[in-house]
Amino acid sequence: MIADSFLIPPSEHVHWWFATGFLVLALCFAARAAVGPEVWDRRPWRRYLFPGLLFGMGLLMFPVMVFFTNSAIHMVAHGSWAEAMMLAGGAQLGLAAGKLKNPLWNLTIPLGLFVGGVAILVHEQNGWLYSRAAFGHHLIGWIAVVGTIVPLVLVFRPRSIVVGLCFAALLVSISTVLYADRDTAPIFGHLSPEAGEPHR
Amino acid sequence: MQISTDLSRSAIRRSPRVLFVLSLGPACALGGVVWALLQPYRITLLHPYGQGFWWLLAEPPIYVVVVGLLFHWLVAPGVVEDFEDPEREGPP
Repeated sequence: MIADSFLIPPSEHVHWWFATGFLVLALCFAARAAVGPEVWDRRPWRRYLFPGLLFGMGLLMFPVMVFFTNSAIHMVAHGSWAEAMMLAGGAQLGLAAGKLKNPLWNLTIPLGLFVGGVAILVHEQNGWLYSRAAFGHHLIGWIAVVGTIVPLVLVFRPRSIVVGLCFAALLVSISTVLYADRDTAPIFGHLSPEAGEPHR
Repeated sequence: MQISTDLSRSAIRRSPRVLFVLSLGPACALGGVVWALLQPYRITLLHPYGQGFWWLLAEPPIYVVVVGLLFHWLVAPGVVEDFEDPEREGPP
């Protein structure tokens, strides 16, 4: 048994690491929105920065799927995030490299966000106030599902500063909720007795 | 021969976009510092005894500060340079 051992970190730590990834993505998208895609893409390493990070986050979601899921629905949900993030990151890498020409490949980002949001909502089987983790999953799910409209608009208005900054703010909100996640902790004073012993 | 410095030429007028990009990293780092002050128990390095390896590695407020500083030092300067000099070609 390697769970809860030196080899496997607590699941809340994994949420915080992914929160950090989303924070980096948010900063990149905010800067890109401010200066415009042409300026941002002028240096090749910068052009590949957020597609590479997105692809890497998708890749890292596979070990999460293997080691941190305890039911079929959890595994399917994490697997779908992994595939959706890798698809979006891969498409962005293809566009950055010039291998893909059609800008409609940018639709993989709203698609990934929507698939992720639905998967989060479907796999969270507890109510909103069951625990902080349950609340966070419901909140992120709805942020992702409703927020899909932002990158969708960005596909058709890629130079819009307002829409670009809205997308960065969306990523910051996802990052914030992920950072707030704890394995067993109350939310607004509520914690189901079935959730286990709370800690800060 | 001009000896005194022409202040009107040396003063750099930066556009709001540039100031925004330059403020992203410090704002992010400041957010991490404020978080650490509000929830010091999230930094286990402040009370390391009895903590396991993963708990000593996972320091979310420090992650936020580091992300902000790295963005400010590594990413923002190049973005600003390219924005202020549109003629300049980036390195291959």
